[in-house]
Amino acid sequence: MKIPARCREKGATLLPILFLLLTIAFSSATAVAQELPREETIYVGGGLWAPPSNFNPLVPWAATTGIVGLVYEPLFLYNPLNNTYIPWLAVEGKWLDDRTFEIVLRDGLVWQDGLPLTAEDVKFTFEYAKQHSGIYYSGIWDRLERIDVVDSKTLRFVFSNPNYPEWSYFLYTIYIIPKHIWENIDNPLEIANENPIGSGMYKVKSYDQNQIVYEFNEDWWGKSVFGTPGPKYKVYLRVASNNVALAMIVRGDLDWSNFFLPGVPQLVKEYSFLKTWYKEKPYHLSANVALLFLNNQKYPLNMSEFRKAIAYAINVDEIVNRVYEGTVLKSNAVGFLPIPSWQKFYAADLVEQKGFTYDPDKARQILDQLGFRDVDGDGFRETPDGMRLKLTIIVPFGWTDWMESIRIIAENLQAVGLNVEAKFPDFSKYWDDVTKGYFDMAINNFNSFVSPTPWTMYNWLFLPEAPPVGENSWNGNFGRYFNERIQQLLQEVESTPMDDESTLRQLYREIQSIFLDDLPYIPLWYNGFWFQANTLHWTGWPSEDNPYGVPVTWPGNWQLGGILTLLNLKPVAKETPRPTTTTVEKPVTTTVTKEVVETKTITTTKGGTVTTSVITQTSTQVLTTTVEKPVTQVTTVTVEKGPSTALMAGIAIVVIIIALAVGLAVRKK
Amino acid sequence: MGLLSYIVRKTGIYLLTFFVAVTLNWAIPRLMPGDPIGVLLSRFATLPESSEVVYSYFMRSFGFDRPLWEQYLDFWRALFNGDLGVSIYMYPQKVEDIVLQALPYDLVLIVPAVVVSWIIGNWLGAVAATSRRLDNLLMPLFYFLTSSPYFWMAIVLAWLLTVVFPLFPSSGAYSPGMVPSLSTAFIIDFIKHWTLPFLSLLLVMLGGWAIGMRNLIIYELESNYSRYMEALGAGRRLILSYAFRNAMLPQITGLALQIGLAVAGAITTEIVFSYPGLGFLMLQAIQNQDYFLMQGAFLVIVVMVLVANFVIDLIYAAIDPRIRSAYAGEA
Repeated sequence: MKIPARCREKGATLLPILFLLLTIAFSSATAVAQELPREETIYVGGGLWAPPSNFNPLVPWAATTGIVGLVYEPLFLYNPLNNTYIPWLAVEGKWLDDRTFEIVLRDGLVWQDGLPLTAEDVKFTFEYAKQHSGIYYSGIWDRLERIDVVDSKTLRFVFSNPNYPEWSYFLYTIYIIPKHIWENIDNPLEIANENPIGSGMYKVKSYDQNQIVYEFNEDWWGKSVFGTPGPKYKVYLRVASNNVALAMIVRGDLDWSNFFLPGVPQLVKEYSFLKTWYKEKPYHLSANVALLFLNNQKYPLNMSEFRKAIAYAINVDEIVNRVYEGTVLKSNAVGFLPIPSWQKFYAADLVEQKGFTYDPDKARQILDQLGFRDVDGDGFRETPDGMRLKLTIIVPFGWTDWMESIRIIAENLQAVGLNVEAKFPDFSKYWDDVTKGYFDMAINNFNSFVSPTPWTMYNWLFLPEAPPVGENSWNGNFGRYFNERIQQLLQEVESTPMDDESTLRQLYREIQSIFLDDLPYIPLWYNGFWFQANTLHWTGWPSEDNPYGVPVTWPGNWQLGGILTLLNLKPVAKETPRPTTTTVEKPVTTTVTKEVVETKTITTTKGGTVTTSVITQTSTQVLTTTVEKPVTQVTTVTVEKGPSTALMAGIAIVVIIIALAVGLAVRKK
Repeated sequence: MGLLSYIVRKTGIYLLTFFVAVTLNWAIPRLMPGDPIGVLLSRFATLPESSEVVYSYFMRSFGFDRPLWEQYLDFWRALFNGDLGVSIYMYPQKVEDIVLQALPYDLVLIVPAVVVSWIIGNWLGAVAATSRRLDNLLMPLFYFLTSSPYFWMAIVLAWLLTVVFPLFPSSGAYSPGMVPSLSTAFIIDFIKHWTLPFLSLLLVMLGGWAIGMRNLIIYELESNYSRYMEALGAGRRLILSYAFRNAMLPQITGLALQIGLAVAGAITTEIVFSYPGLGFLMLQAIQNQDYFLMQGAFLVIVVMVLVANFVIDLIYAAIDPRIRSAYAGEA
């Protein structure tokens, strides 16, 4: 080919220079290489959706998962499975009288920079929120009078009018920060806090767009109390989608997944090295209640009878079985999660008496009685004054399980003659509509998480007190339901000590009764603490047989059991690689027998006092990892070694292209 | 002198384009329904009372509580101070830092893809123009390539080379667990991840260049000067080399146009491969209603395209004497 010489030279010089520049530009931002040893590293996913960018414990909703919990620690951990507080930074916490709560800190607490953690730090953490009203727990100062430091380990919180359930929640969701660092910071909410220094068992080692690496803090105060966590390194991966996560957990690239993975029943059957909480349905623990919010300000949804008709028409079992393949549980009629702290206030007889079940005929009957009839013969009911009626139900686009669910709900409602359409706006639009009250029906579950008291759910469902449509309803009561009696009852709950269970039972009973009468919102199912573990590299996972905590790693949830899981994990002893020439392929069973001496510190909330008891138990755990398909393992190995071919091909292609381009440009006539 | 007025005029046009584009980019996200602070806090599972204090704090801190025109003026003021604001989605990182982290990924994709496709495409087109048999063979392929949308090509390649023949990784810029460094292991891993997005850009762009070149050469070979040379008995090689030079001019203009398209193509390609460049960033910014990150990413893209176009305008003036003389005549 004949390309004018001038052109060629230009191309020939341009190209290498460009490549050089790019390489330099690219490599300038890079760090020192380090491969993490697999037997000391755990790969976790499911709670990191954005690149790690915030390490600030005062904005826990924006902080990268693990910052609060692993680096900054709360006073107590909380195990919702048996409703116990696990002493962490504090060894003891109790109400001295109705207004004074005393906290005793553990001996020998230290910050990661070596300075001691004292009662002054705890006091500072709370008082900091008085100076900076944007801190999420600053509202406590409406009820808190002062904090007295008795000695370096003991503090007394003196309340003017304590909100007992709120305090029970704050005890494990406020993270103690070092005074000597934060007292010099003027704008604590606006900093990224890139070098987080907490008291926790892990430190941030490194991070980039797709992962954050934590490393065990060798000087952790808890080493003598709780021992050393199994994994020295914890790599939290940002996985692009649930499907990618599925492939990774099966391959063993991910050890611990908190993703909602479709097809869990088949997965667990097919890969015996995968572990879930329950071996059978529903596989997962319940995490929160998904409710159908109805817009109580909008006709005809403002009529409780109409809302009940909707409740009778929805077939939740179909959603549970078709969408979730039985991996979640159907909710009871009042949305009380199956955890002891909520169940003790569950009014089973009321639910039996006034609750709803799937009964489309009943729904039709109610609608007929209300005068909603199909007058024009289009198959859908009109309002009593003959107007057409169309309702929509929304969930965010891309939330596939919810999208399927509302399709079913729309079908169910169409079956009883209501013209209901399922719509999937983008999350931001959905959230705007929901919080400002521009919706008919919407599913949400954001604040119905497991907790020490059902008050947290009610606080979300019924407060704030029905702001006008168009104004922000903050983070709850989206349908703007208002009932004065409920507000009163909730206030009484707040001022009733947690140990006064008989009073609380009465109050919660009345709330449930009103809820069932009015049915402002419809509890549907319990979303799960999605959890799948790969046992090829790590064992010691919690499960129904060994329920020491909830294995959840979502941001702000580590204290429910994620921290304890890390402490209990043990690396799987590496087998000597079997020769691949073995002709007979039999299921290989690796049995690891270990003597585990567990020091369990169990705290029960009783009489408003958090009492602590330490039980030391010795148990022999037989952890059996059966790899039924050695073939799978062999393939895994091949895949790991595989890159050489792929890599060669890749390089070859790139080199050919570059060579072609360069050669072409340089070639003379 | 001629060149100067040309440059002044071009600069004026580019500044105007910049102003309009950036203003639109400021305005459009704000016209979208939704509330970025609300979205930011929706991840915040806590007591509603806490949400309220935090919400009003952040409305103030981002300045969303003030009238729009004030926000607009502030935006320009900050921009001239080199401040692109704070990202909402990756709070509290500075937008300029996030964008600067993503930019290299775009450059390593777009620049090689444009340069390599331009060179190979023009060469292939010229080859096709000289041989009828080759022409019949190559042209359908070129048309196929050039009419494929970038994301479609990306999906096809992803399916072919990660699923059917699992030679390459399907997403990311490097493997999870890798720490960026200058080690060979990392560079090899990086190239593996880079290949597919690069190839999808390259292949689509290649077709366009080849078709353009082939048509131009055929046109030039039919033109009067070629005929005249032929009549004078000039060799085919000589005629072709003149035709090639003349055909280059429109191809350089094409390059200017192509850079804009390449950026657009890179955005969709990056999304397919989750390649952490500006395109991927923009998608996330839009999904999270992060006004500032959207503005920042878009601003960088606009600047990149405008600067590239400007440079090409200059090159064009340098290599085409007619431009210079046209402006000289005007002056």
